[in-house]
Amino acid sequence: MCKRSVNYWGVKPVSRIGQTFQELKAKGEKALIPYVSCGDPSLEFTEQLVLKLSKAGADLLELGIPYSDPVADGPTIQKASQRALAAGVKLEGILRMAASLRGKIQTPLIFMTYFNVIYRYGLKQFVDRSLYAGIDGVIVPDLPPEEAGAFKRLMDEADLDLIFLAAPTSTEDRLQKIASCARGFIYCVSVTGVTGSREKINADLATFIEKVRSHTDLPLAIGFGIANPLMARQVAPLAEGVIVGSSIIERIETNLTLINEQPDVVIEEICAYVTELKKAINFTKESGG
Amino acid sequence: MSANGYFGEFGGRYVPEILLPALLQLETAYEQYRQDPCFREELAHYLTTYVGRPTPLYYARRLTEHLGGGKIYLKREDLNHTGSHKLNNSLGQTLLAQKMGKRKIIAETGAGQHGVATATAAALLGCACTIFMGAEDVRRQSLNVFRMKLLGAQVVEVRSGTQTLKDAINEAMRCWAARVRDSHYLIGSVVGPHPYPTMVRDFQSVIGEEVKQQILEKEGKLPDYLIACVGGGSNAMGLFSPFLNEREVKMIGVEAAGQGISTGKHAAPLNVGSKGVLHGALSYILQDEDGQILPAHSLSAGLDYPGVGPEHSYLKDSGRAQYLSITDEEALNAFQMLSRWEGIIPALESAHALAYAIKLAPSLSAEQVLVVNLSGRGDKDVQTVSKLLGGEAGE
Repeated sequence: MCKRSVNYWGVKPVSRIGQTFQELKAKGEKALIPYVSCGDPSLEFTEQLVLKLSKAGADLLELGIPYSDPVADGPTIQKASQRALAAGVKLEGILRMAASLRGKIQTPLIFMTYFNVIYRYGLKQFVDRSLYAGIDGVIVPDLPPEEAGAFKRLMDEADLDLIFLAAPTSTEDRLQKIASCARGFIYCVSVTGVTGSREKINADLATFIEKVRSHTDLPLAIGFGIANPLMARQVAPLAEGVIVGSSIIERIETNLTLINEQPDVVIEEICAYVTELKKAINFTKESGG
Repeated sequence: MSANGYFGEFGGRYVPEILLPALLQLETAYEQYRQDPCFREELAHYLTTYVGRPTPLYYARRLTEHLGGGKIYLKREDLNHTGSHKLNNSLGQTLLAQKMGKRKIIAETGAGQHGVATATAAALLGCACTIFMGAEDVRRQSLNVFRMKLLGAQVVEVRSGTQTLKDAINEAMRCWAARVRDSHYLIGSVVGPHPYPTMVRDFQSVIGEEVKQQILEKEGKLPDYLIACVGGGSNAMGLFSPFLNEREVKMIGVEAAGQGISTGKHAAPLNVGSKGVLHGALSYILQDEDGQILPAHSLSAGLDYPGVGPEHSYLKDSGRAQYLSITDEEALNAFQMLSRWEGIIPALESAHALAYAIKLAPSLSAEQVLVVNLSGRGDKDVQTVSKLLGGEAGE
């Protein structure tokens, strides 16, 4: 079972992430979790985009902190990270943007980055600054439970959710290990591979999700490869949340010139897409099923 | 020394969950087969009859006399089949993959030495082989690309990031994530997540084992200095590891100072890098203040890497080995000097180790012995050097 820290009233504290999933469950809804790459193509754009997304159907938001060597990412997110780094985006700037966002919206915000970014900044400093900025959780794709020790302790102390990933290749005992230290939700990787749009859903997905479910009571969110509303609708019934990244970033990549001139037009387009995704994952509910 | 894949604080397995089960499976298989007499015998058979081991330990008399001072011995890894030490590891891992039932091999390569060695091992053992190579390196080493294709490998040009070795490793890892169930990722150096640094070291330690025996026969004592170049650091670990407990043997790893450490255009993470995680292991790396990996620079493509094997980081911090650096220019001089004085054209990588030996030898007495690992032959570098020298080989 998941080991949650217990506060001095003997009550398990529920994070903003946990609370969001509970509220959605009560409404019979699934969580839509868009991913954006911070600073692609500028932090001002990212901040505006996130503000609007939180009102367009995003239930939680993943803020990607760019890294030069993202091994878990396909070409779309690699290029987005490179654009952001080339534009001179720094971690300090991203932390300031997160704090500014937190002053304006209540949507849970989750950092997603690679371990070296955190290690270099200092584990404690990263946790402290994230907490101060109002971040609710952190996803580190290259930090499996075995290596998470010190960082996990600091995250627990700060009562922030360190979100672990489960993969189709994970064995039963690995899933048990992941479940025993997971908080917030478990990020279920839907494909054997890296991030990026795919043409269809992996046929074994339902079996995999069931396997993860047998080890935990935490909400499950499915990510990697979900490229359109139809796919989002197909996977939604299996889990509590759906994560969409690359197909959002593709809409930035193809509109870079337009973003320079009329960023609002592109933000509107992305918001319309996210609204469509949100409708798609709650299709059953809306159709009265 | 490597408990749970750690060398002190260095090493580990910082990789996506998708790869973790395959690493655990590899660790188990490796632990099983490394002790299996049949496996050891089979590998030894190939090393003798196919690779051409043992390689000679050659006393470089003319060079020694020219410099005056310590005796310089060269461990002739350049005489291995495919022209470098790389085949020791490629063959060991391909054989292991075969035992694990994985018939598809994925590998990265910088200059192409590891790619050629892996394509060779795959051809020998009948495995499918895909090699990832940075687009920049493909341009610089077109002949090696053709060699790999000739050996039946598929060469994938990597256009992401800096389009060099670091990105070829990233892309190989991404490809492995998608094909992890039936493919083995054959890393070419003592880098990457556990068990690679340990396993690659073990496959390369045949170098040091032979040196130990050979130098005892020739000199009746262990060497005073072991000198090897360090990119990822596999030829150095292979030479050093059997001597780690021989406290009187000094070990020197030579990194590439490129255009000079102070110019920032170098590949010397052990000299001036900082601790960080790259390609699945905690080690010294070249990075900026935000943890973004910085590009490395060296005339020698095999040393052009912003990271280093975690065990080297451990040996540096524990003081057991010393790590110095040699510039492009110094390596180029050593390259010509060995050609002229001994009739051996060394790889530019190995020329870095040699350049340090050339600096050190005159300060030693005639009884002292230096062993330099001549990790590869220089045929592949002749064109580069010819361009740099304007076609004129200088004195």
